[in-house]
Amino acid sequence: MRALVFIFLMALSSPALAVLPDEVLHDPSLEARARQISQLLRCPVCQGENIDDSNAGVARDLRLMVRARVLAGDSNQEVLDYISARYGEYVLFSPQARGINLVLYLTAPIIFVISLLGAFFYLRRRRGEAHPGASELSAAERARLKALLED
Amino acid sequence: MIAELGHFALILAFFVAAIQSIVPLLGAQKNWMGWMAVGQPAATAQFLLIAIAFAALTHAFVTSDFSVALVYENSHTDKPMLYKISGVWGNHEGSMLLWVLILSLFGAAAAWFGGNLPPRLKARVLSIQGLIGVAFLAFILFTSNPFTRMADVAMNGRGLNPLLQDPGLAFHPPFLYLGYVGLSMSFSFALAALIEGRVDAAWARWVRPWTLAAWIFLTIGIALGSWWAYYELGWGGFWFWDPVENASFMPWLLAAALLHSAIVVEKREALKSWTILLAILAFGFSLIGTFIVRSGVITSVHSFANDPERGVFILAILAVFVGGALCLYAVRASAMQARGVFSLFSRESALVLNNILLAVGALVVFVGTIWPLVAEMFWDRKLSVGAPFFNKSFTPFIVALALILPVGAFVPWKRGRLDRLMRPLLPAFGLALVIAGLVWTVWSGRTIMALIASFLGAWIILGVLAELWQRAGRRVSRLRRLPRADWGKAVAHAGFGVTIIGVGLLLAGQVEDIRVAKIGQPFDVGQYQITLENVEQTEGPNYTSTMGLMRISRGGDLIGMVHPEKRIYPVEGMPTTEAAIKSGFFGDIYLVIGDQQANGDWAVRTYLKPFADWIWGGALLMALGGALSLSDRRYRVSAVGRKRAGARKTLVRE
Repeated sequence: MRALVFIFLMALSSPALAVLPDEVLHDPSLEARARQISQLLRCPVCQGENIDDSNAGVARDLRLMVRARVLAGDSNQEVLDYISARYGEYVLFSPQARGINLVLYLTAPIIFVISLLGAFFYLRRRRGEAHPGASELSAAERARLKALLED
Repeated sequence: MIAELGHFALILAFFVAAIQSIVPLLGAQKNWMGWMAVGQPAATAQFLLIAIAFAALTHAFVTSDFSVALVYENSHTDKPMLYKISGVWGNHEGSMLLWVLILSLFGAAAAWFGGNLPPRLKARVLSIQGLIGVAFLAFILFTSNPFTRMADVAMNGRGLNPLLQDPGLAFHPPFLYLGYVGLSMSFSFALAALIEGRVDAAWARWVRPWTLAAWIFLTIGIALGSWWAYYELGWGGFWFWDPVENASFMPWLLAAALLHSAIVVEKREALKSWTILLAILAFGFSLIGTFIVRSGVITSVHSFANDPERGVFILAILAVFVGGALCLYAVRASAMQARGVFSLFSRESALVLNNILLAVGALVVFVGTIWPLVAEMFWDRKLSVGAPFFNKSFTPFIVALALILPVGAFVPWKRGRLDRLMRPLLPAFGLALVIAGLVWTVWSGRTIMALIASFLGAWIILGVLAELWQRAGRRVSRLRRLPRADWGKAVAHAGFGVTIIGVGLLLAGQVEDIRVAKIGQPFDVGQYQITLENVEQTEGPNYTSTMGLMRISRGGDLIGMVHPEKRIYPVEGMPTTEAAIKSGFFGDIYLVIGDQQANGDWAVRTYLKPFADWIWGGALLMALGGALSLSDRRYRVSAVGRKRAGARKTLVRE
């Protein structure tokens, strides 16, 4: 833990660029894949930055690890699995969609479908109501509303 | 002495707010005119007292009074004046003081400009506004006193985080707070309406300008924050789905939904209880945002407060206000009766769909923001939810919204016919397809996002033009005579389209180049040649800078000379990157200078960011559209009516 803090402080004190020139792979398509994967990985000691945007030492380690795995011929998912097996699911910016995490992925779509259905039935009912039984305005209120609307 | 005056004024404001929250409410219940009338002077007095407290704190910052702990912790004599002043709200205590200042300003504004409100509604609105004031003044006085003195006076302060020493960020919090807190007005109006048990077109007409104003401020505040992140953080990101950004985005989405549903209430007397619920939720999410930012519960770049006591206090405020409001809603919402009748294919239905998409979008953001917290609390799992999740879960709703927008904005109230509607819109649709196809051919090999974004953006903008043209009866001369509200709607919608184009094309088309550059030796990035001419050390007012001089040219023509910088702020011991950005209509060239290498060369990063400025340009257009709509005759006329009413009052008195 102290090592992490030290790395973090070191990162703060040297305004290094995130991805350093010596890290970049020679093969542009492999490099592009590494960048893609990096977007999905969180720097473990930073506050919500991915490893590409972070200056921390551990982020650099992870970037090098990603590139090593890509060079070794892993698929993107294999690289992610490899790293999350070592650093925990905390480093995955998009949690695995299984188990309890399904709540995260499914809440909004389910609510969306329910509200679409609800809206459909509401709208159909509104079409059906010929004379809505709304409370009438008093004469004074009606005059006031009229004045407001006419202004 | 002045700091103590400020503290005293704040305590007085608390008591005034307490009176304001009780007396008019009782008066409205019992129909006692005298009690109801208390709200107005109380709101004014509360605002003046908080303004005195705020002025006292500003005075302490401007004069660098380091006997005040807050000034010591957040200021320094070397800091430029602008940042001494912005330092007032660049910290927890001061920003909460700004929060209540703006809250009381809105309350006072309702008192001053609410002359045409029915007295009972006005009394209730002011009471609820006062009640929110009581809660937050207590929060400040008991947990976050900005006026605490230090036992030993320090010689100098500790300075302000250099990332915050920036004009964009100096004005980001005030705008954001004007938006957050402005939504308290919609909330107060919603609760007052629930207590009264009625919502009508006139009510919607009073609520809409307040919501619109809050939404405009939120739009500007969010855009400023995003623009700041783009140029200041050094890699040109403009949105990170950081919890604190999400905290401002959720109320924005709900306020946008509320604006649209209030139109239905105003014009068609439908969707009443839904509108009330949205008003409650919009402010509720402002409170949640305040909780997220101020409690530090979800650690992120922005949160500088990490005190659980404060978190619990705000959580209690949140629970009381949102919980109380929702209970009241559950009891009284059935009293709201809709009147308008409309068919399935109508403007009303389109706006319902708009509301569902915006509200579910806000839900996606909410679930994603709190999921790490929930997972840790109940399943003891430490996980992260970040940009990749939000990008794939949120985007579909925005795409759907953009697809239906031109149709929904065009379809008439009550009942529309698809064939009649499509005749003027079809050319817009076709042209949008052509434009998207062109972008796709020019940018072959990019992601599909470029195609989708350019189509959606063009579809919205062309749809807006088609609508304006139709509305003006296909005559140019009549365009100028369209009401401001129509223009506002058009401009705001077009702004949405512009932002979609900016985001989509930037993400699809950006180019990055990382290399070690030799001084004087040009290198190619895209169609540009970049040369690092020299690097020198310079001194700023409170920092030292490593400044590069870089030449950008294309095919031998000089495009510009720019100065990327790397700064060190010695007081705070922090470095910052100042990217050099050459902005253009079709994109930016974004240059960052890094460390010197062992052989004397420099690490340099170059980005080409196509259509970057469209993102904030679109946001500005949205805000401008809101402002145009706000200046529409029907809102200004109510001001005249107020004057007339005032004149009548003086006559009676005489």
